[in-house]
Amino acid sequence: MSENIEIKKNKEKSTSTHKIGIYLWIWGLLFVLSFFSYMVDWYQFQGLLRWSLILFFMFLKAGLIMAFFMHLFWERYTLVNVLLWPMTAIACFVGLMVAEGKYTVFTRLIYFVLGE
Amino acid sequence: MSDSSLENLPKGWKSVPNDLGSDQTAFKGVQWGKAMMWIFLLSDTFIFSCFLISYMKGRASTVVDWPNTSEVFSLDFMGVPVPLLLIAIMTFVLITSSGTMALAVKYGYEKNKKMCGWFIFATAIGGLTFVGMQAYEWSKLIHEGVRPWSNPFGAGQFGSYFFMITGFHGTHVSIGVIFLFIFARKVFRGDFDTGKRGFFTTMKSDYVSIEILGLYWHFVDLVWVFIFAFFYLW
Repeated sequence: MSENIEIKKNKEKSTSTHKIGIYLWIWGLLFVLSFFSYMVDWYQFQGLLRWSLILFFMFLKAGLIMAFFMHLFWERYTLVNVLLWPMTAIACFVGLMVAEGKYTVFTRLIYFVLGE
Repeated sequence: MSDSSLENLPKGWKSVPNDLGSDQTAFKGVQWGKAMMWIFLLSDTFIFSCFLISYMKGRASTVVDWPNTSEVFSLDFMGVPVPLLLIAIMTFVLITSSGTMALAVKYGYEKNKKMCGWFIFATAIGGLTFVGMQAYEWSKLIHEGVRPWSNPFGAGQFGSYFFMITGFHGTHVSIGVIFLFIFARKVFRGDFDTGKRGFFTTMKSDYVSIEILGLYWHFVDLVWVFIFAFFYLW
């Protein structure tokens, strides 16, 4: 019986929430970052500057959403590790397909353009 | 697993081999539904990654110029074409709905039925607005002659990637909106306070469901962050 009461108490404790301020801060930051990434297009930045700014704002926004809105920042490390390590496989896939894309465009240029 | 026994377990990096090697529950202190939602979202991440990677490969390997997205997606505002205007509004709407969802989860855990319900309802309205604007965008492009096999702006692959990626994302949003409305009703009815058993399950309702629903909704927003960056801005 006393064990039951203890479990109940713990259950109540585990539902303790985070302060509303943190959510409002992240919310505001996401707005500002989205505005900045829109400005990248507005001012028509080109080339390496454009791509690095897009990626920078994108990863910052994604990180904020995952860490605070999806509570990953407060989750146990095991869950975080199980979720984030598979992303390296996606990074490998991107690398492979960049090489493949370059090869495809190379052969197309050879056969379509030079072949004529 | 209760919190008091969690506190006795190793913390930080040492917790990873300890949790995974214990021949018991791997995700300690994580409700099973939440763990399952995370696993589902992981698999969904792979699907969306495959779409975006195939888009990258298609765009990188075409010898025809890619359509200029800031012109294709521009919207006339008082006679002046504003680049990417609709997409920017859609982005802000989705972020707003993500914020209201985060607050709904917070109020859910505080067992504040009224606030939780209204914030879920607001989230659903945000999602509905997003889908509506997406439908407008689709019909606009279809009127302009964009097809999955060709379009008047440039490389023919543009249409197929556009319809595939935004369509799959829009489907996710639509499904989310349906569940948000269902959950708003459940919250207002007090299912999560009384522990009423659900329609598909014999398990008791609990406010942790709101967090699980929130995870899905934030994921939809997360995917849009990547689509916005790679498809519209790049």
